[in-house]
Amino acid sequence: MTVIAVDRDLAALTLTIVSEFGAPVERVWQVWADPRQLERWWGPPNYPATVVDHDLTDGGRVAYYMTGPDGEKLHGWWRIISVDPPRSLEFEEGCGPPNEDLPATTAEVRLVETPEKTTMTIITRFASIADMEQLLGIGKGEGTRLALGQIDAILAITTAS
Amino acid sequence: MVVGRAGLQGEHADRVFKALADPTRRDVLRRAMQGTLSVSGLARLYPMSTTAVQKHVAVLEDAGLVHLTRHGREQLVKTEIDTIAKAQALLAEFELLWRGRLDRIGDVLANPLGGDRS
Repeated sequence: MTVIAVDRDLAALTLTIVSEFGAPVERVWQVWADPRQLERWWGPPNYPATVVDHDLTDGGRVAYYMTGPDGEKLHGWWRIISVDPPRSLEFEEGCGPPNEDLPATTAEVRLVETPEKTTMTIITRFASIADMEQLLGIGKGEGTRLALGQIDAILAITTAS
Repeated sequence: MVVGRAGLQGEHADRVFKALADPTRRDVLRRAMQGTLSVSGLARLYPMSTTAVQKHVAVLEDAGLVHLTRHGREQLVKTEIDTIAKAQALLAEFELLWRGRLDRIGDVLANPLGGDRS
């Protein structure tokens, strides 16, 4: 895996990350489409995710929780806006009970296959800073942060494989 | 540490991003970052009334991005660059979160049957 571009748009509250994987597009799609594979990467190592609902259809829902070191559970959800396997997925995401009234953070995933690899573009548009803080909390496991050493270890494993 | 907790929080952060969503206000901020400006001096730069410029400056001030000081009859606009840096840091935290996820996707692709947790 190689991250080839990152764009942080402060005014539009949008983060875009483009990465490349040495695998066919159908294979990369499976990490999103197969809940057992999704739960192997969504949460950080000390907060593994368990996917309880996984309906990747327009209007469908994904529900998951992450379990912390002391057994606490952090609940999160996606609401699928549109899906076009194996090329694109767009969903709203949040944590706690879904709230239909507030604008939500949206994530857009686009996969493009080239002869030897697949390019994945992830565009996250945040509705507000309050949403960012909430999602950051659940994303990392509330109040915890991956130590830089852990990230280096993950990078080393990825580079070696 | 979650950056948001130490820096920008909830409603305050919303005000920062609303303030930055307008091109005139971004331009005022850019100019103010290069040196102190007066409100009347700013009003001469834009095709709008002094009152309209004052309103833009008030939004920036409300978000904590600038503060106003009085110098004789002039109102001076100064930036609070630290706040902007903190807002930027929150997006950087999300980048770090996604880089971790992308690394783990790489692991999943390399080890389809699992066993990459340990």
